[in-house]
Amino acid sequence: MNISFLSNLKNFLPDNELKTFKGGVHPNDHKSPTNRIPILDIPAPEQVIIPLNQHIGAPAVPCVSVGDSVLAGQKIAQASGFISANVHSSVSGTVCAIEERMTPMGVMAMSIVIDNDGEDNNEFEDEPRNFKDFSPAELVDIIREAGIVGMGGATFPTHVKLSPPEGKKIDYVIVNGAECEPYLTSDHRAMLETPMEVITGLKIILRIFGLKTGYIAIENNKPDAINLLSDYAARENEFDIKIVPMKVKYPQGSEKQLIKAITGRSVPMGKLPMDVGAVVNNIDTCAAIARAVVYGIPLISRIVTVSGDAIKNPTNARVRIGTPFSYVIENSGTLKSHPKKVLMGGPMMGVAVPSLDVPIIKGSSGILALSKRKAYTRSEGICVRCGKCVSACPMQLMPLYLKEAATKDDFEKLTQLNISNCIECGSCSYICPGANNPAQSIKVAKFKLRTKK
Amino acid sequence: MNNYTGELVVSHSPHIITPNSIQRTMLYVIIALIPSLAAATIFFGIRALLLAFVCCFACAGFEFLWNICLKKKNTVSDLSAIVTGLILSLNLPVTLPFYMAVIASLFAIIIVKQFFGGLGHNFMNPALAARAFLLASWAGAMTTFVSPDKAINIFGNADVITSATPLGILKEGGSRFPSYWELFIGDIGGSMGETSTLAILIGGAFLVWKKVITLHTPISYILTVFILGYIGGDSGLFHILTGGIMFGAFFMATDYTTTPTTKTGQIVFGIGCGLITFVIRKWGGYPEGVTYAILLMNVVTPLIDKYIMPKTFGYVKEAKANE
Repeated sequence: MNISFLSNLKNFLPDNELKTFKGGVHPNDHKSPTNRIPILDIPAPEQVIIPLNQHIGAPAVPCVSVGDSVLAGQKIAQASGFISANVHSSVSGTVCAIEERMTPMGVMAMSIVIDNDGEDNNEFEDEPRNFKDFSPAELVDIIREAGIVGMGGATFPTHVKLSPPEGKKIDYVIVNGAECEPYLTSDHRAMLETPMEVITGLKIILRIFGLKTGYIAIENNKPDAINLLSDYAARENEFDIKIVPMKVKYPQGSEKQLIKAITGRSVPMGKLPMDVGAVVNNIDTCAAIARAVVYGIPLISRIVTVSGDAIKNPTNARVRIGTPFSYVIENSGTLKSHPKKVLMGGPMMGVAVPSLDVPIIKGSSGILALSKRKAYTRSEGICVRCGKCVSACPMQLMPLYLKEAATKDDFEKLTQLNISNCIECGSCSYICPGANNPAQSIKVAKFKLRTKK
Repeated sequence: MNNYTGELVVSHSPHIITPNSIQRTMLYVIIALIPSLAAATIFFGIRALLLAFVCCFACAGFEFLWNICLKKKNTVSDLSAIVTGLILSLNLPVTLPFYMAVIASLFAIIIVKQFFGGLGHNFMNPALAARAFLLASWAGAMTTFVSPDKAINIFGNADVITSATPLGILKEGGSRFPSYWELFIGDIGGSMGETSTLAILIGGAFLVWKKVITLHTPISYILTVFILGYIGGDSGLFHILTGGIMFGAFFMATDYTTTPTTKTGQIVFGIGCGLITFVIRKWGGYPEGVTYAILLMNVVTPLIDKYIMPKTFGYVKEAKANE
């Protein structure tokens, strides 16, 4: 019986709703402690630890040796393939070790440790450059050289997104300012404090694709950012920059959901956004692109939200890549109680870090220190088949059955249920009244499927 | 720098969870049932309250004993047994002897719920299965309905004056039909909780407001019966205001465990319930068919979930063909 026409009825309603997607959840956003506080510049630490695998893809290969002196912004490791990214020193000083260090992901990884000499010697451009003086190919080269990756957390190398293969035409360039993760306000503050960089970054991407129209998607809970960027966009005459307010819903900032909301196109299963002609970049990534092109500054710092109920003064901080978490916390929010859990990123998709000695990497959008009261850990939950996970899934999957099949290692059933389409947003586990964790089972099953092949 | 040497907990994301736990959901259902229980007490007397108490106490007690005997974690605090007891009691005639209510509770909790693995694993609605069990075992006691205006002796039912339910009148003929107003507020004979449509709608609205249920199942169920009743030559309004349709649609056809998980599946479930209910009412041997309609659809639920799956984001036929 086909009664899906019932759900099409809403197409006949007037189009006054904000743009969004189907499914999703509404967690408490906890953004008010930090969204009005200016970004704090944190001094560089005495020593930075810079892992070589801060991005998706092959780890970079060191191009300096122990004992070498390096400048701030100097390339210290070379991308080892197309899907890889260069790594730069975030301070000037001496390389004191190249060894395995703990990363925020909880695994050891080859890292370059640099003693800061406090001089901040660099070779950045003194005069701002005009991006229009560069050809699209040169712009992509600058971005690749600068080691820029997706700074929303996924850390996909940006130059790969900006170099679609022959025959793939890009017609939608979207800047992702949805910032749907609770607690995080780093993109919000970046829009408010560096609007020119965000707009310039977008214009650079538009120039690369030879386009005139670009989109900045912002969740409707940031009206100040929407107004400010609209003002800036109105002043542009060569480019048409559209600010699109989005409905406040998690995961609005997910690439596929954002593309669907703005363009109406669905990225087919197993395909990339560029297959539907869309390129999505995070706010801070755009700002990083602008800094790289205009001032020649590679990706060596980022904005980090320092928040959570164990932090005394929650704030946003501009931090050098490689700064240990403990140093960031001490020099910004400081702890008011002992944290039980510390997250890198937001509470929905963030990673719980094993210790506070791990460094900030390119994808660290936040440090959340949660006390015993807020640090939620699940014991084994139960499924009452309420179907809330099915309604919440932004990919229209059936998490309860995926979990069931995952527990049994029934890979045939998992494939049938389109497990590969899961974006691991965690909405199913958030909404579960039985405190079940389908997202975890699905992630484990996806890993098993990958390694099985 | 080394002030923070304490151990940190590492776990998978997400690190937050909805405040709407099972316990809270069940509490909402209990609150939503209070108007119906109040209406039953007003119309049928204090014995209604007592019968509800007996069922709740028995259900919680049997669940507690089961967990003790099997050395399992105590699950009484999730309140699901209380909900089962409350829904069961509201499905009973107010005159039912207490011992039968206790046996029905045993059947609901032990046989229907725990034998299949407890909360989330039963394939039928425990309260409804227990009602069907009572109908089969003590048909007389289960179909002895009293008029609301007759005072009922709390401890016995010797002097009860029976009264036909509106559906009974429709089926077998007899005394006058009640007015729509009497049907709406519940001033008629019937099971304790199902007579007052007003009370059920108040409770149902609360559940929708608290997002415990959505309207997919109730509306498709009620609408199906309304349309079929109209086509069948009776008044559609009469059909939906009598019997257990309203109570069933809002409180039993929306049970999480025994109904489909997709919205489309829930609509199919509601339409199926409506069809079976009407067929039993029109041509079956019983005047009322809500119990069996929902129970039968409970059994079909795994099939509905198997065949009605949401189309996943970016689903393409070619992608399947390539694999």
